[in-house]
Amino acid sequence: MDLQTLWFVAVAVLWTGFLLLEGFDFGVAGLLPVLGREPADRKLMLRTIGPLWDGNEVWLVTAVGATFAAFPGWYATWLPAMYLPFVLVLVGLIVRAVAFEWRHSSHDERWDAAWTRVITTGSFIAAGGLGAALGATTLGLPVGEGGIRVGGAFSGWSWPALLGAVAVLAYSLVHGAVFLSMKTEGELRHRARAFAQRWAPLAALPLLGWAGLVWARYGGLPTGITLVVAAGAVVLTWARLAAGREGQAFTAWAVVLLASMATVFGAVFPVVLPSTIDPAFDVLVTGASVSDYTLTVMTWVAGFGLPVVLGYQAWTYWVFRKRLTAEPEHATVS
Amino acid sequence: MDVLEIARWQFGITTVYHFLMVPLTIGLGLLVAVMHTMWVRTGRAEWLRMTRFWGRIFLINFVLGVATGLVQEFQFGLAWSEYSRFVGDVFGSVLALEALLAFFLESTFLGLWIFGWGRIPKKLHLATIWAAVVGSAISAYFIIAANSWMQHPVGVVLDTSSGEPRARQVDFVAVLTNNTALAAFSHAMVASLMVAGGLLVGIGLWHLRKRKLADKSTEDVDHAVWRRSVRVGGYVSLAAFVLVALTGDWQGKLMYQQQPLKMSSAEALCETEAPASFSIFAFNKLGSNECDDVHSFTIPYILSFLAHSDFSSPVPGVNQLQEEYAQAYGATYPDDPSYGDKAGQPIDYTPVLAVTYWGFRLMIGMGALSAGVAAYALWSTRKGRVPTSRIGVYGSLLAVGAPFVGNAAGWVFTEMGRQPFVVYPNPDVPRADQVYFFTAQAVSPGITATEVWTSLISLAVLYGVLAVIEVGLIVRFARRGITEGDTTPTPGIGGGTKDDDDRPPRADDDASDDVLQFAY
Repeated sequence: MDLQTLWFVAVAVLWTGFLLLEGFDFGVAGLLPVLGREPADRKLMLRTIGPLWDGNEVWLVTAVGATFAAFPGWYATWLPAMYLPFVLVLVGLIVRAVAFEWRHSSHDERWDAAWTRVITTGSFIAAGGLGAALGATTLGLPVGEGGIRVGGAFSGWSWPALLGAVAVLAYSLVHGAVFLSMKTEGELRHRARAFAQRWAPLAALPLLGWAGLVWARYGGLPTGITLVVAAGAVVLTWARLAAGREGQAFTAWAVVLLASMATVFGAVFPVVLPSTIDPAFDVLVTGASVSDYTLTVMTWVAGFGLPVVLGYQAWTYWVFRKRLTAEPEHATVS
Repeated sequence: MDVLEIARWQFGITTVYHFLMVPLTIGLGLLVAVMHTMWVRTGRAEWLRMTRFWGRIFLINFVLGVATGLVQEFQFGLAWSEYSRFVGDVFGSVLALEALLAFFLESTFLGLWIFGWGRIPKKLHLATIWAAVVGSAISAYFIIAANSWMQHPVGVVLDTSSGEPRARQVDFVAVLTNNTALAAFSHAMVASLMVAGGLLVGIGLWHLRKRKLADKSTEDVDHAVWRRSVRVGGYVSLAAFVLVALTGDWQGKLMYQQQPLKMSSAEALCETEAPASFSIFAFNKLGSNECDDVHSFTIPYILSFLAHSDFSSPVPGVNQLQEEYAQAYGATYPDDPSYGDKAGQPIDYTPVLAVTYWGFRLMIGMGALSAGVAAYALWSTRKGRVPTSRIGVYGSLLAVGAPFVGNAAGWVFTEMGRQPFVVYPNPDVPRADQVYFFTAQAVSPGITATEVWTSLISLAVLYGVLAVIEVGLIVRFARRGITEGDTTPTPGIGGGTKDDDDRPPRADDDASDDVLQFAY
C-alpha cells in the first residue's frame, strides 16, 4: 500500500471512529427529552457519557487535522464549499461542550434544564451537520476549477447532504439507546433497550441508503460484501436486543456503522470529493495529498503515538466501565 | 468590506478570544497540579482545598478554551483555503500531530482527573492531572511552532512542479526547532503563569480581607488556603515577569533579524539610526499610516541596545525598509485574480503603526502592572499580615485582567506586525528560493461576503454571551470560596454543594452521598 492510500485509510478510520464514539454521546444527548422522564434520569444519562465525551470529540479534531495534514486539497475544497453548515456545526459543538461542564454549576433546576436542552440541541446540530458534510463529500458537491464552489452559499445544501444528516442522526439516536441500555440499570435500561429495539431497523435505513448509493456509483465486490455485512448486522442487532444481550447488541450496531463506512470510503476511493459539475473537477487522493516526505514523517509519529493514545483511552473506558444506577454511586477503586 | 477584511476580523476576534482562555488553562493547570502534588506529599488540608477550589475555576475556563479552539482548526479551511493549499505540506501536519499527541492526552486525562477523585489510587490520580498539564504544554508547543513557521518559515522549499506554487516540507525537525518557536513558546508559557499568578493574588487578597473584616480566625485551614494562594501567586507572578522580560528580549532580538519592519513599526522609527533611540510616547496624524507623520518622544541609545545588545549599532527605519521590501517583493500586487480586490494595487509593507506601536507598549505595560500588584501583595501579606486597604485589595482584583490584556495585545502586535504577509519571507534564504505568501492571496475564493458576515456575527454574539456566563460563573465560585465538598477528595469537581451540610467530612473513598452533588 502506498503512503497516500495508507493515509486515506487513516483519515477514513478517524472519521469512522469519531462517528462510532461520539455517536453514542450525540445519541444519549438527543434522547434526553425522550428517555429522560425525570431529572434523575437525565442526570444518570449524562453521567454515562460525562467522563468520555471530551476524549471522543478529540477524534473529530484529529480527523479534521489529519484530513488537512494528509490531503490539504480535500480540506481546502470541502470546508469552504460547505461554509455555513460547518459554521453551524461549530456553534453546536461549542454550546454543547460548555453546557456539559457548566450545567452542574448550580442547583437551580431551571438552570440545569436549560443547559440540558442546549446539550440536546447542540448535539442534534453537530451530528446532523457533520453527517451532511460527510454525505456531501462522498456523494458530490458543486465544485468547479481549482476546487472553488460553483453557485451561492446554499448550492452545497443538496439531497446527499440531507441524506448524510439523517443517516448520522438516526444511527446515533439508536446507538445512544443501546449504549444506555448497556451502561445503566433499572427502568432506564429497559426503556432504552425497548427504544433501540423498536427503532433500530428503521434508523439503519438512511445509513444503508447512503452506503448503497455510493456503492451503486463507485463500488465493486469487496464493498458489496461490506454493505451486505452492514445490513446483516442490523438484523443481528435487533435479535440481540430482543434477547436482552445489550453488550452484543452494541457490538453488532457498531458493526453496522463500521461496515457502512467501509463501504462508503472503500467505494469512493480514490475520489475524496466528487464534483457534481463535471467529473473532471473531482478531487482525487493523488491531487489532494501532501508530499511523500511529510506523509512519511506523519506515519512514523502516528505509528508510535497512536498505540499509546488508544491504550490510555481504552484504560479510561475500563475505569468507568461500571453500570450506573440512579442510586448514589458507590466509588470503586480499580 | 470585502471577504478578505471580514475574514481577517473573524480570525482576529476568534483567536484573541480563544487566547483569553488558553493562558489561564496553561498557567492555572500547572499551579493546580503543583497544589495537588503538595497535598499528596504533605497531606495538609489547605493544599487539598486549594486544589479543589482552583481546580474548579480551572475547569470552568478549560472547557470554553477547548470549545473555542475547535473553531481555529476549521477556520483555516473555511475562510483561508488558498493559504491551506499553499502551506498544507507543513502546517497541516503540525496541527494533526498536535491533536494526536496533545489533545487526546489533555482531554482524556482531565476526564480521569475530574471523575477519578476517590476512584483511582491517589498517586495515579495525581499523575492524571500532570498528564493533562503536559498535554496542554505540548499543544502550546505545536501550535506556536505552526505560528512561528508562518513568522519565520524554515525547513521548506518552494515547489512549483504542479503549476501552482506550494511550500514543500523538507526538514520536519527544523520546523519543530525553529528558533522563533523556541522563543515564542517560552515567552507564552511564562506569560501564562503571570495570568494564573495574578488570579491567585486578586481572589486570595479579596478573601483574606473579607475574612479579616468579619473577624474570622487567622489560624484555621481556610485562612491558610487564601494566604498561601496569595503568596504562591505573588511569587509565581514576579518570577514569571522576570522570565517574560528575558524571553521577550530574546524574541525581540530574533524579530529584528527576521521581521525588521515589525520591530521598527513598534518603535515608529522612520529613518535608520545609529545609535537608535527608544520611543516612550508618540502620536500620529489621525488616519495616517505614514511614518513621517508620527511625532515621537525618545530616549537615545536604548533601541540599539534592545535590538543588538550594544549602544551603537544601526537599527533600520520604516522608510528604508518599506523601500527595500518594495524592491524585493514588488511595489504592487500582481494583476492576478488570485489577489482578489487587491490585484494591481500598491502594497503597504508597513503594518498599521498605531496598532504595532501601542500594542507593543500595552503588552509591556500590562505585564509591569501585574508584577507591581504581585509585589504589593507579597509586601502587604508579609509576616502573616492581612491587608485591609480597599484600594489595594480591589485594585489587585481589577488587575487580574491586566495579564489577559497584555497577552492579547502581544498577539495582536505580533500578528498585525507581519502584515501584509501571512507567511513572512525568511531573510536567511536567497530571494529566489524564499517561501512567502501575501494575506491577500490566502482567503477562500469561493465564499461570499454574506457567508463570512453570518459566521462572524454568529460567533461574535455567541462568544459575547459565553464570556458573560463564564465570567459570571468564575465570579460566583470565587466569591463562594471553599465549600464543604472541597474538604474531601470526592469524585467530580463541581461547586454545587449544599452549604448547610454540616456532617463531618469523611476521609475514606466511600463518601457516596456526596458523589451526586459533584458528578453528573
